Amino acid sequence: MRELDGNAMAGDLREIFAFDVTVARYTCAGCGDGGAIAQLMLWGQEMGHVARCPHCEDVVMRLVHGPDRVYLDLRGAVRLELPLAGV
Amino acid sequence: MGIISRGFGGRRRESVPGLPPGQYLTHDFPVLSAGPTPRIPLDRWSFTITTETGGKKSWNWSEFTALPHDDVTVDIHCVTKWSKLGTTWRGVSLDTLLADVETAADYTMVHSFGGYTTNVPLEDLLDGKAWIAYKFDGEDLEPEHGGPARMLVPHLYFWKSAKWVNGLEMINEDEPGFWEAAGYHIYGDPWLEQRYQGD
Repeated sequence: MRELDGNAMAGDLREIFAFDVTVARYTCAGCGDGGAIAQLMLWGQEMGHVARCPHCEDVVMRLVHGPDRVYLDLRGAVRLELPLAGV
Repeated sequence: MGIISRGFGGRRRESVPGLPPGQYLTHDFPVLSAGPTPRIPLDRWSFTITTETGGKKSWNWSEFTALPHDDVTVDIHCVTKWSKLGTTWRGVSLDTLLADVETAADYTMVHSFGGYTTNVPLEDLLDGKAWIAYKFDGEDLEPEHGGPARMLVPHLYFWKSAKWVNGLEMINEDEPGFWEAAGYHIYGDPWLEQRYQGD
């Protein structure tokens, strides 16, 4: 069920990365469109986050939270662009 | 007196027959979707079986619903821990659909409108264990629950029962589908609690 956007992944992503990935820019592997992770359309929160491109609806990112590990599948993103702190 | 209380949120599940470990009973039918719900007009619906050598066998809606059907009552178990017992469905058995399909493959990939996939060993689709279902509880299957037709493989976690199914591909080697590639178990037996990779 889609009720949220990519900002709702911030907590889970902070367990993986040492910075706020929702401000990173993605490039969609499906259509080449880009934007901030926070702008992705979020589905399927019960089994895991399915973040889809708002332009073509292809899956850019999947994040599954198991009991003792987090799985992050990024095959739908050809690039992540991350701002460096203090630069 | 015990020190640890289960609290008000604890659900009793020890005494319910038919309930796999770690599951709780629900009487609702929760809707889980990994994307937008496709609306498929029946005149554009088709189901295609593709063999490992590229052979194809297809049915349109009228051909599909003219096939012999089964009315089945089964328990379903979602990996998010709800189970619903005694659900009633009408569908076409995979035994019927695969009867004239020649294949030496041991595995299948289920495909759906919208791009969803899930992998199931071929033997788990045979001998009365799986159906393409098009009615639930006596009514046409709602789009939110996978209509016009969905896979029904009740002995595996329900993510294997793909909604909006449109094809079955025979494959020689097991490959992960949509959720399996993202951390869920490659097989998904609820009685063994095969929820995640490594379980």
